[in-house]
Amino acid sequence: MSFADKLLKYQDFPFASYLAGVTGADIERTLAKEYLVERDFLNLLSEQAVPYLEIMAQKAHQLTVQNFGRVILLYTPLYLANYCVNQCAYCGFNVTNKITRKKLTLEEVEKEALAIAQTGLRHILILTGESRFQTPLSYIETCVRVLKKYFDSISIEIYPLTEEEYGQLTAAGVDGLTLYQEVYDPVTYDAIHLAGPKKDYRFRLDAPERACRARMRAVNIGALLGLQDWRKEAFFTGLHAAYLQDKYLDTEISVSLPRLRPHVGNFAPCFVVSDRDLVQILLALRLFLPRAGITISTRERAEFRDNLLPLGVTKMSAGSCTAVGGHLEEATEGQFVIADERSVREIHAMLVSRGYQPLYKDWHQL
Amino acid sequence: MEDKLLIGGQELESRLFIGTGKFSSHEIIPKVIAASGSQVITMAIRRVNFFNEQDNVLNYIDKKCILLPNTSGARNAEEAVRIARIAREAGCGNWVKIEVITDNKYLLPDNYETIRATEILVKEGFVVLPYMSPDLMAAKRLEEVGAAAVMPLGAPIGTNRGLMTRELIRILIAESKLPVIVDAGIGRPSQAAEAMEMGAAAVLVNTAIATAQDPVQTARAFCLAVRAGRMAFLSGPGAVQEYAVASSPLTGFLHKQGGE
Repeated sequence: MSFADKLLKYQDFPFASYLAGVTGADIERTLAKEYLVERDFLNLLSEQAVPYLEIMAQKAHQLTVQNFGRVILLYTPLYLANYCVNQCAYCGFNVTNKITRKKLTLEEVEKEALAIAQTGLRHILILTGESRFQTPLSYIETCVRVLKKYFDSISIEIYPLTEEEYGQLTAAGVDGLTLYQEVYDPVTYDAIHLAGPKKDYRFRLDAPERACRARMRAVNIGALLGLQDWRKEAFFTGLHAAYLQDKYLDTEISVSLPRLRPHVGNFAPCFVVSDRDLVQILLALRLFLPRAGITISTRERAEFRDNLLPLGVTKMSAGSCTAVGGHLEEATEGQFVIADERSVREIHAMLVSRGYQPLYKDWHQL
Repeated sequence: MEDKLLIGGQELESRLFIGTGKFSSHEIIPKVIAASGSQVITMAIRRVNFFNEQDNVLNYIDKKCILLPNTSGARNAEEAVRIARIAREAGCGNWVKIEVITDNKYLLPDNYETIRATEILVKEGFVVLPYMSPDLMAAKRLEEVGAAAVMPLGAPIGTNRGLMTRELIRILIAESKLPVIVDAGIGRPSQAAEAMEMGAAAVLVNTAIATAQDPVQTARAFCLAVRAGRMAFLSGPGAVQEYAVASSPLTGFLHKQGGE
């Protein structure tokens, strides 16, 4: 059994007619329930749920405080390299884009680590493009050994690996995986991943599960919002998270809600996801998965992120930069444009002013 | 009246243990501790920021309190043992609350792994307080391997549902030689009082205090409730039946009037 089998069950599901048929009474029934099932989740993603957003928000807030407290975990991305062999239509690192390519030397990794650690952050997310030649597993492993000196938690957002390779990285000190399917719809997936190993939909789809099997402590998934009908994509994201949560009870499963951002290459989103849509997705996810972590990155504007804070968010990035060497003097072009450029100190102050505790450390290397 | 709780060679006046998670800021913690009168404070080692004085929760706990570091995040006995050792090396003393949770949805403890971790840590000289599902056989095993108390859950962590496991906890209180500390699920002071009235040795409260509108007042309310419950228990309320009383007695005919 893989999540692919679960997806298959929905292959012929009449989403359009089901969503159109949801009534206010259905939404009210869903909201009255203590535990939601898949259809409830879909109901909350329907157009008919829009008048209920405030009620959903109140409930989502209460559930989040109860499960996670008034606490937001802070982290920042560290781009190790931007070499990439893939042609993803929506990504700045696309192999056909004429950008400066760079891979950090170990000395540079150390410098970046030091600069980030000085902001007080203890959780880091390391990223690369997909190039097993330029950034092989051995390179990632070496970087992790350097970073362990500075951080309590190291997560990866790199190309999908085999179970053995995930095991190798957890042994080296990686405790979290972030991997977005980008788009769950296989036809769209094939159409926008023009060339490269990333064309293998199934290998990517099963990657979070392989990481769970390799004893990764935390696994974070998501769909890049804007590539397909967001109601369906959000639905499959929630189902994927629930599948992993149910099957790998001891792994902390979380979800990100990345909206497509401007980047080098200028691929225009095919489906617009408005602020209200993003709020609806966030609320529906929280009500469907009360125990899942929810991440909102600096892809979103400062003011909007602040407003999302009480609706179910548990994790935020701060002081972010999507360029390789972003904390050094010479940086490359970023993977995408950041919308919230606030420093760690500024995010800290914002959280405190809103009655939230900024959490710097939520793991201890064992 | 002298009524102290004896755990790990320490005499405790207060029977309310509190946690440090989920608060909106560390600054409120000293006030909460003062209002609760607690002497035993638990904190997740995974969250203790040893690198930042201002962010380090240990700096907000009165030095007179006993630290009860917990192994939150441990997925098996080995990880719990490693976390406990980290805590002791970091100067958190030798008390430890074992939390081995292999289920992230309901946060239910894994009794088997908990027993294994307890056995190892007791041998290493720790005062071990294991968080557990209220199962009598598991409690007996914990007793055998040297736990200082057992900490059964009243309801899943953070749910504020109260003593959903009432009957099982009642059995533990009746049958276990160890102090029974009800941990998790207690959402209101009245529920804490109920646990104490039943004969629990203490209760541990976190979410109910941390997520209350006024955590300091709530801590005070729990303090009073725990005292009241304990007093009620000691003052000997009406007998509680330990065994079922049949609703249709089989020997009722012996008392029938009349007859031959």
